Amino acid sequence: MAREKKVHNPLFHVVKREPLPFLPALGIRAAAVVAALIVSALVITVLSQQNPLEVYKSMFEGSFGSSVRIWNLALNLAMLLCVSLVVTPAFKMKFWNIGAEGQVLISGLATVACMFFLGDQFAFLGDKKPYVLIPIMLGASILAGILWAVLPAIAKALWNTNETLFTLMMNYIAIQLVAYFLKKYVKSGSGVLEPMPQHGLPVIGDMDYLLSILIVLALTVIVYVYLKHSKQGYEISVVGESVNTAKYIGINVKKVIIRTLAISGAIAGVAGFLLVGGINHTISTTTVGGRGFTAIMVSWLAKFNPLTMIITSFLIVFMERGAEQISSDFNVDPSISDILTGIILFFIIGCEFFLQYKIVFNKNRKEEV
Amino acid sequence: MNNNIALECRGITKTFGHVVANKNVNLSVKRGEILSILGENGSGKTTLMNMISGIYFPDQGSIFVNGTEVSIRSPKDAFNLKIGMIHQHFKLVDVFDATENIVLGLSGKKFNIKKAKKEIQETCDKYGFEIDLSKKIYDMSVSEKQTVEIVKVLYRGADILILDEPTAVLTPQEIQKLFAVLRRMRDDGKAIIIITHKLHEVLELSDRVSVLRKGEYIGTVNTAESTEQSLTEMMVGEKISLDIDRPEPHDTKDRLVVKGLDCFNADGVKVLDDISFVAKSGEILGIAGIAGSGQRELLEAIAGLQKLSGGEIVYNDPKTEKAENLRNKTPIEIKNLGVRLSFVPEDRLGMGLVGNMGIADNMMLRSYKRGKSMFLERKEPKKLANKIIDDLKVVTPDANTPVRRLSGGNVQKVLVGREIAASPTVLMAAYPVRGLDINSSYTIYNLLTEQKEKGVAVIFVGEDLDVLLDLCDRILVLSDGRVTGIVDGRTAKKEEIGLLMTKSKEGK
Amino acid sequence: MLSFLVSAIRLGMTFLLGSTGETITEKAGHLNLGTPGVMCVGAACGCFVEDLYLSQTGLYADPVIAVLLPVAAAFIGSAVMGLLFSFMTVTLKVNQNVTGLALTTFGVGVSDYIISQTGLAFQRGSKFFNASFSFAEDLGWFGELFLSHGFLIYLAIFIALLTTFVFNKTKIGLHLRAVGENPATADAAGINVSAYRYAATCIGCGISGLGGLCFIMNYLNGNWEYCIDAIGWLAIALVIFTVWKPSIAILGSIVFGGLYIANTYITGFTIQDNELFKMLPYIVTIIVLLFTSIRDSKKNQPPQSLGITYFREER
Repeated sequence: MAREKKVHNPLFHVVKREPLPFLPALGIRAAAVVAALIVSALVITVLSQQNPLEVYKSMFEGSFGSSVRIWNLALNLAMLLCVSLVVTPAFKMKFWNIGAEGQVLISGLATVACMFFLGDQFAFLGDKKPYVLIPIMLGASILAGILWAVLPAIAKALWNTNETLFTLMMNYIAIQLVAYFLKKYVKSGSGVLEPMPQHGLPVIGDMDYLLSILIVLALTVIVYVYLKHSKQGYEISVVGESVNTAKYIGINVKKVIIRTLAISGAIAGVAGFLLVGGINHTISTTTVGGRGFTAIMVSWLAKFNPLTMIITSFLIVFMERGAEQISSDFNVDPSISDILTGIILFFIIGCEFFLQYKIVFNKNRKEEV
Repeated sequence: MNNNIALECRGITKTFGHVVANKNVNLSVKRGEILSILGENGSGKTTLMNMISGIYFPDQGSIFVNGTEVSIRSPKDAFNLKIGMIHQHFKLVDVFDATENIVLGLSGKKFNIKKAKKEIQETCDKYGFEIDLSKKIYDMSVSEKQTVEIVKVLYRGADILILDEPTAVLTPQEIQKLFAVLRRMRDDGKAIIIITHKLHEVLELSDRVSVLRKGEYIGTVNTAESTEQSLTEMMVGEKISLDIDRPEPHDTKDRLVVKGLDCFNADGVKVLDDISFVAKSGEILGIAGIAGSGQRELLEAIAGLQKLSGGEIVYNDPKTEKAENLRNKTPIEIKNLGVRLSFVPEDRLGMGLVGNMGIADNMMLRSYKRGKSMFLERKEPKKLANKIIDDLKVVTPDANTPVRRLSGGNVQKVLVGREIAASPTVLMAAYPVRGLDINSSYTIYNLLTEQKEKGVAVIFVGEDLDVLLDLCDRILVLSDGRVTGIVDGRTAKKEEIGLLMTKSKEGK
Repeated sequence: MLSFLVSAIRLGMTFLLGSTGETITEKAGHLNLGTPGVMCVGAACGCFVEDLYLSQTGLYADPVIAVLLPVAAAFIGSAVMGLLFSFMTVTLKVNQNVTGLALTTFGVGVSDYIISQTGLAFQRGSKFFNASFSFAEDLGWFGELFLSHGFLIYLAIFIALLTTFVFNKTKIGLHLRAVGENPATADAAGINVSAYRYAATCIGCGISGLGGLCFIMNYLNGNWEYCIDAIGWLAIALVIFTVWKPSIAILGSIVFGGLYIANTYITGFTIQDNELFKMLPYIVTIIVLLFTSIRDSKKNQPPQSLGITYFREER
């Protein structure tokens, strides 16, 4: 009775896998980075007709070629890490804050305003000036960051307003405020504010940025401990996993949302303070330079673990620096660095698939009926 | 080969990671027959049916439809083979109306909603379904949604129908209606597979029964030749007693006095209407009702999670003899009053526990605030976790494995274990055995009875009337947010409760 | 006033194309935060091809081809971006937010690179884009307001109306909405969820990309500016604003356009105040966002599974 008919089975299907142990997971990620490097080199080779090995060399030199570059790498890493710390507590709570860019920028504006308006006023204090000015800068910066982060949080808590868009719009408002400040107070009308290192953070030894880097490292550890071992951190995890569970055990969800974003904002305040007071000593609309968005990927790739974020931000900063170096060494348009960063991100993000799923090839079954 | 066989499975095996969901399962169903698939929760019934309907793909084995070997790669393949599945969790789009849901995914014909509606109406009339085809799904009751699902597969011309636990959410009256429809379809020559774990339904409805146990195929018997006891043995693999121990309550005192509760939900619909009752210490108070009659809101109101617009909840403290009104107090305030209220919510992983956290971290949900330190204290919760794992025989690799990865029964043991560990004076449990296998269910029943013996006022919301009648001392029946009766668990009849469950507002 | 409205319409149609594309994508359940990058790529591809075509033909460019060729290029280039997004989120099942942000970075890079090869001036091509009905001028204000626009402007409105029709009146629309609302249900009903998500995202991105081209060619008259990504973010905001209805977006986009350029038309402000004025569209977006969330209604909700990756064997 059975008609002879060939049965076609799909060649493979995808199944979810058990969580991988540490080493194989690391292996997959490493493979993704290698693949990203190969593709990047290919792109550069095509665009610039260079030997791929030269490309790698240039890339490596971009980060480690000289002590200045190493410092630059460390500094950029620290700043990206710091901005990533801004978004992490909120993300852990599943609050999609994509406004770190604006939160940091507005803090920077607050810092620069203190330097600009108060810096010379306190000149009479002489050597003691930093003891007065720096705390004021930091305080203003933190307040500005908190304001920028807490407004969307309040709306979210009270009316469940879409936080992604709200925080995004706050970015542009911050940018316009900076533009306004520059237009209004830069006497030359050029819109470029001269750096004011005399009002900036003190320098440890000869190393300009060391203090900032150390502060970021300390902050990383603090945020790690806060999220992992404090009661408030536990509340953040519970709210992030399930709002219903949080309510069930009596957590005031609204309070936690607002409190957590206030903390995010405070970290943004520190980031803006370091960026302006410790490093640039001035401000422009691009001072944060897209770190607010890159930070989201840093944080997500590290599964919101601040210690792991050191590695992921290193990876991204290393790639970015390398890409910049390539574009200048081989005379390719600087936009190539954005393209390479994009490619690299796609590979690192894409490899998550292989961490969570596996492909099963179906055995050919040919049993006769 | 029997010409009459509509569907046959041979040697089906499916694994998820390390879990073997089906192992070498064989099965066949004839046209004009109702086949029951009987098995405990977790025995692989649903997985098997999902493979027949194209949701999963089997690792090994073959499926034959009308004697031809087929490969079902997607639900679409299943349709083309005239296989229709009615899932336990309805596959309907909430914002669409009935017609839109029914025509969803149909190919070939020109898109014409009006014409389709007429045809669907004809199908409904043929089998005697009553349904408003323009009603949006989110406005529908559970039983209406189920009707839409059945009409959907019939409209697509399915000859083999698979129903996954169709009676779990229905009242006794609705179940009888469903069975009548199924019999009519059987007489129409359709092959029907019904998945269930309720023995009396198997005996009442089906022609043959296939039994699965822990993913393995045990055998197929004719219903006429089997009894509840023989089927249970096949299903569980050992002789077990089906009786629930019910000691007489003693020293009962009014622990919780609820008077005239009123509550509106977010859409302004009155979900609790003048609810009054007394929960006594040393007694199990059952709550029966159709799903969504206000059970969840009532328990949440007592636990301090719902805003009330009227009434009061008075708690009589056994130690201080003081009476406290809990109305509109938050869970924390209730706790700070010294009220030891434990609550096992219906949604275990979405409310009672955090799925991505381990058992130890889940223990902290209740206790993390203790102490003045800013930091967490993880030693005690860990101890408690290990104690619960040992006492209740929770199967888990360790106390840090995310509870999401545990089986339903083990998840429930963790949740009930934690709530009991707080030595409550009032224990509320909503559908605590839903989705549990027989042995786990009995563990839970025994735990509840044990608490009752200790003098706890237990409130048990259940859906299986047989269990409610075996376990509870008194049963409160809810219908549409109102109390329609409180009956004695020892003397009440199932039909009586069924009627109370559907009693509508009289004279209004 | 008239020229203000005309500009508002032209800029508005940029938003409309961007948001219609994003709406199609979101209806399928994809939250694509890569739209700003996609619009950049669309603009760059269109301009590049226009440049190429005009340099090939010299003086005798065919006015129809000079419009259609870049439009096709913009659509295809953007659709390829959509393909990339779909590959990441459907096939590789990774997080949509993160993929979208990476796509924006990548898209901005790609478009900047393309533009670095052509220069920033496309005025000649823009003339073809702004070519309109010859009788428009004879009809006074009416003609200028409604009939003086180029092909893309009318195409934008047509696409928005067509999309509304497809969503509500056709089988494809029904299936698409089912995929975005409840992919498991759609799957069980025999709808190929992956195919719908791929197709909707690619088409949606293609349409969004036209928005980028419209911005450069119709609004800026062929002068390239590096701010298309900011326009893209506003286009995403417009989707929420108009509660996933392209028909409402036709009007909403013109309002957005007006807000965005209001500062240049209101006289009596200093250059500094102008910078403050540029905040207006963002502040209005926030206010409307607050309003819509406070007046939370059941009907105007986002697709239920928006942003959620679907995996059939998920247990």
